Amino acid sequence: MIEWVPPAAIMIVGAFLIPLLKGKVKQAYLLLLPLIVFINLLYMGEGTGWVIPFMEYSLIFGQVDKLSMAFGYVFVIMAFIGILYALHIRESGQHFAAFMYVGSALGVVFAGDFFSLFVFWEIMAFSSVFLIWYNKEKASRDAGLRYLLVHVAGGLSLLAGIIIRLVNTGSIEFGPIDFGSLDSYLILLGFMLNAAVPPLHAWLSDAYPEATVTGAVFLSAFTTKTAVYVLLRAFLGVEILIWLGAFMAVFGVVYALLQNDIRRLLAYEIISQVGYMVAGVGMGTILAVNGSTAHAFTHILYKGLLFMCAGAVIHMAGKRKLTELGGLYKTMPITLGLYMIGALSISALPFFSGFVSKSMVVSAAAHEHLAVVWLLLTLASAGTFLIAALRLPYFVFFARDAGIKAKEPPVNMLLAMGLAAFLNILIGVYPAILYGILPYPVDYVPYTGEHIVWALQILLFTALGFFLLLGKLGGEHAISLDTDWFYRKGSRSFMWFVEKPLSAASQWPVDILMRLKDYLIWLGKNPTQAIFLYAGTIVFKILGRFPGMPPHASERILEEGWSNYPGEPVRKSPVGDSVILVLIFMTAYAIYYYFVS
Amino acid sequence: MITDHLSVLIIAVGLLGAFFTPIIGLIRKEMCSLWASFIILLQFLISIFLLYQVIIAGNISYWLGGWEPPWGIEYAVDLLNAFVLVIVAGICFSVSIYGRKSLGFEVPDKELPLYTLYILLTTGMLGIVVTGDIFNLYVFLEIGSLAAYALIAMGGRHSLTASFNYMIMGTVSASFILLGIGYLYVMTGTLNMADISALLPSLYGRPVILVAIALLVVGLSIKTALFPLHTWLPDAYTHAPSAVSAVLSGTFTKVGIYALIRVMFTVISPSYVIETVPVMSILSWVAAIGILAGSLLAIAQYDIKRMLAYSSVSQIGYIFLGIGMANKLAMTGGILHILSHSLMKVGLFMVAGAIIYRTGIRNIYQLKGMGKKMPYTMAAFVIGALSMIGIPPTIGFASKFYLAWGALGAGEWVFVVVILLSSLLTAVYFWRIFENAFFGVHEDIKKDEAPISMLLPILAFAVITVLLGLLASLPIGIIEQWVTGVLP
Repeated sequence: MIEWVPPAAIMIVGAFLIPLLKGKVKQAYLLLLPLIVFINLLYMGEGTGWVIPFMEYSLIFGQVDKLSMAFGYVFVIMAFIGILYALHIRESGQHFAAFMYVGSALGVVFAGDFFSLFVFWEIMAFSSVFLIWYNKEKASRDAGLRYLLVHVAGGLSLLAGIIIRLVNTGSIEFGPIDFGSLDSYLILLGFMLNAAVPPLHAWLSDAYPEATVTGAVFLSAFTTKTAVYVLLRAFLGVEILIWLGAFMAVFGVVYALLQNDIRRLLAYEIISQVGYMVAGVGMGTILAVNGSTAHAFTHILYKGLLFMCAGAVIHMAGKRKLTELGGLYKTMPITLGLYMIGALSISALPFFSGFVSKSMVVSAAAHEHLAVVWLLLTLASAGTFLIAALRLPYFVFFARDAGIKAKEPPVNMLLAMGLAAFLNILIGVYPAILYGILPYPVDYVPYTGEHIVWALQILLFTALGFFLLLGKLGGEHAISLDTDWFYRKGSRSFMWFVEKPLSAASQWPVDILMRLKDYLIWLGKNPTQAIFLYAGTIVFKILGRFPGMPPHASERILEEGWSNYPGEPVRKSPVGDSVILVLIFMTAYAIYYYFVS
Repeated sequence: MITDHLSVLIIAVGLLGAFFTPIIGLIRKEMCSLWASFIILLQFLISIFLLYQVIIAGNISYWLGGWEPPWGIEYAVDLLNAFVLVIVAGICFSVSIYGRKSLGFEVPDKELPLYTLYILLTTGMLGIVVTGDIFNLYVFLEIGSLAAYALIAMGGRHSLTASFNYMIMGTVSASFILLGIGYLYVMTGTLNMADISALLPSLYGRPVILVAIALLVVGLSIKTALFPLHTWLPDAYTHAPSAVSAVLSGTFTKVGIYALIRVMFTVISPSYVIETVPVMSILSWVAAIGILAGSLLAIAQYDIKRMLAYSSVSQIGYIFLGIGMANKLAMTGGILHILSHSLMKVGLFMVAGAIIYRTGIRNIYQLKGMGKKMPYTMAAFVIGALSMIGIPPTIGFASKFYLAWGALGAGEWVFVVVILLSSLLTAVYFWRIFENAFFGVHEDIKKDEAPISMLLPILAFAVITVLLGLLASLPIGIIEQWVTGVLP
């Protein structure tokens, strides 16, 4: 019995109607579509629906359980907020790309088999890149291309893994994967690339800052979170992910500290926050899975809010660097207020959404007695507060007055930001709403005295440190100088390794192919003479001269031959060359067949 | 019943149609193209009906003039023939509609010979596919080839040289094929394919048979432009009229591949060419080199038609790779790639023709702003290119997927790498066109689409490329059934 439709289908089919509509009708339609999908979600019962036979396999477009529902809900909520934020954009293409992107992300979340998952995975990459390209600057074009190429490469790795898995097991069902065989490595590699696990993270911080103001809001929500979802489903309890996740959390923070571009800073913060989720996947306990899911949920909301506020600043002020901005609190107080709600959420201050989810992951690490992981995650938490809640707002909204005349953003942007801020506080105050939709029943209580004190301690001392350092060093460039020296040095040398030797090593297959191409072209100019030249050189090398000719004369002839190549006229008789080639092939085949048989 | 005679009617209609074209042209010149479209539409409908009959009722054997096969000529249609017939007739029909405007522009005032030759080309190709007599196959190959030489030569000054080169190479190829057939005839005393295949097993091991195979393989390699015997193809496709390039790239090389499959797997037994003499595995290695070389050479081109021509060389390699591996999956992928490459490449050549028709631009670096100028045409180009790269849900993905899967199943890791690497290279050479057509345009460009009679076939091919990608199980079902019946 089917009363509902796969959400991806509504989104993707709905997207095709966008270019046909105009004006107010279009705006109403844009807002209506996520609502329809949301109502549809409410009707989706758990189980497996929409099984469609394909070749000898069945494609499953509706694998519904609590995990996929949790991601489904937040994706649709974020789609609504994002499209509200982008409502003033007139270009249908941007909205189309955004809805295709959201639709395919929903497709991944409800896919029950690897084929449809892969197809949606690719649509996701190909639609989201337009959100970058629509920024219409050279930097965006280049970054978008790099983004696309990286994702195509990741998709190929995933596809290779899927095919090997199909050959080995004969099944395309998407479910838990035993870690340890070649196919699982390849699939994990494809997933990790989308989750921006270092060293496969560079596409994120490279591309997101170059996206359109509204596109970045969508980008921040979907690609990494679908990756977290598929990791949760397929690679639960793979230990290496704990360490990668903890490393990611710190890595992102360290790099965020070094950034000057506000959206690049926030992009590194995504890497850091996704690190918590990846670590949760690696732990694989009930608490950790709940924590990862909850953190993905809240992260989409608060990171969306942060990107929206940063976008509003860029949109209104026209500048995007910390050093160029400043003093905006006078003219954009609402934006500042909303930004701070997002910033306090990401910093996990009690009564903001991040607190109820992040503490779950951190507690899960504590329950597993992973002291180092716990320490790293806590450290990242402090760093996040430092960067997102102190450093960025301080330099954007306060610090010196940069004399920028900026107003509050348009009302639709403010509404979207307000809605996201409201949800963040709502979840922070009533965590039961969030806990009700998590994969497993939750017996976790976030608001214990211990947790609150822990959080406040970290935050207060970080704040203290920030202002002490600020006064002492007197400039934003020096902030991270001695605190994170080790990470900076370590990650810089790592980055050097990725940029120099590693990329040089990946360059040489390309070089070889390009050289081969040039060689083929060279050979094609005059194959007959080329063959004679090779033959002549070999004869000369062996005999030291041509038969019946003194050595120096032979050498001269050979040298002239090489230097005059391809000779005059260039293409005297291309047909003749081809016919010779045919004869060579004919003879070779006949001789070969004769000796083999 | 007339339906019993369908397999000969498809040829008879074409030959009669070609004969009457000049007469109709003498009355009204403009009628020629309509007449050609009508005749080929008839052939297309017959081919669909034949496919339907074969699926429902099994193989069809038709005796020409009622003479029993070993003495008379037999037209034998099984699933493979019928499948290729539908592709060939369908493409020739669509391009004939497209060609009304395009050929009228590129080859003005030559309707009479043009459409006569066009029908003859179509009929020649259909004849190659439908016949069950190996000498008859050669005759139709010559009919088709002669028509193709003449059609290419109509493209203007450069096309004369191209056509002449093609004619020399084509004639060398034809004489090789004729010699190969001759040797088989000398040994067996019969020209009927079924009869030869029954008599051959006792003669295996004779060197003459080996030479015959070598002659046929080399001859057909030239006809199908398998690297490195592809040298005639780039010039011919570049300088021929666009509609002719489209139809030749989509069908003529494919028919050659069909002939190779037919000769190797029906006339000579599959076990002989796979196990006793590794004819097929050598072909697959040559094809693998061809795939990469074709893609690399395509990257080096800046004329859009020449780029597409080299891309054909690469894609033909894919088909040979699949057939050469000769396991069930790979062969299914290879034969499916006949369909997918036909659809994609014909669509792309038609787009190139439409661009030339509207703007006269052939250099891909001058295509700036084309995405704004001809949005629908370029959208179709993108779909075709994505299919060529192998992005789901297009048909190109389905065939590459089967190829890769078959290569994995056979443990041929090198081929898997070749398939994936070439996909990347394909992305590179198409990317340059995307980049120029869609990005970095600031000045206002007015929309100036291709005329509807050109746009419609172009869009139809784009839609079919995606639609068949989604319904890939239909063609795959047909192919798998044939492959299962043939492979040992």
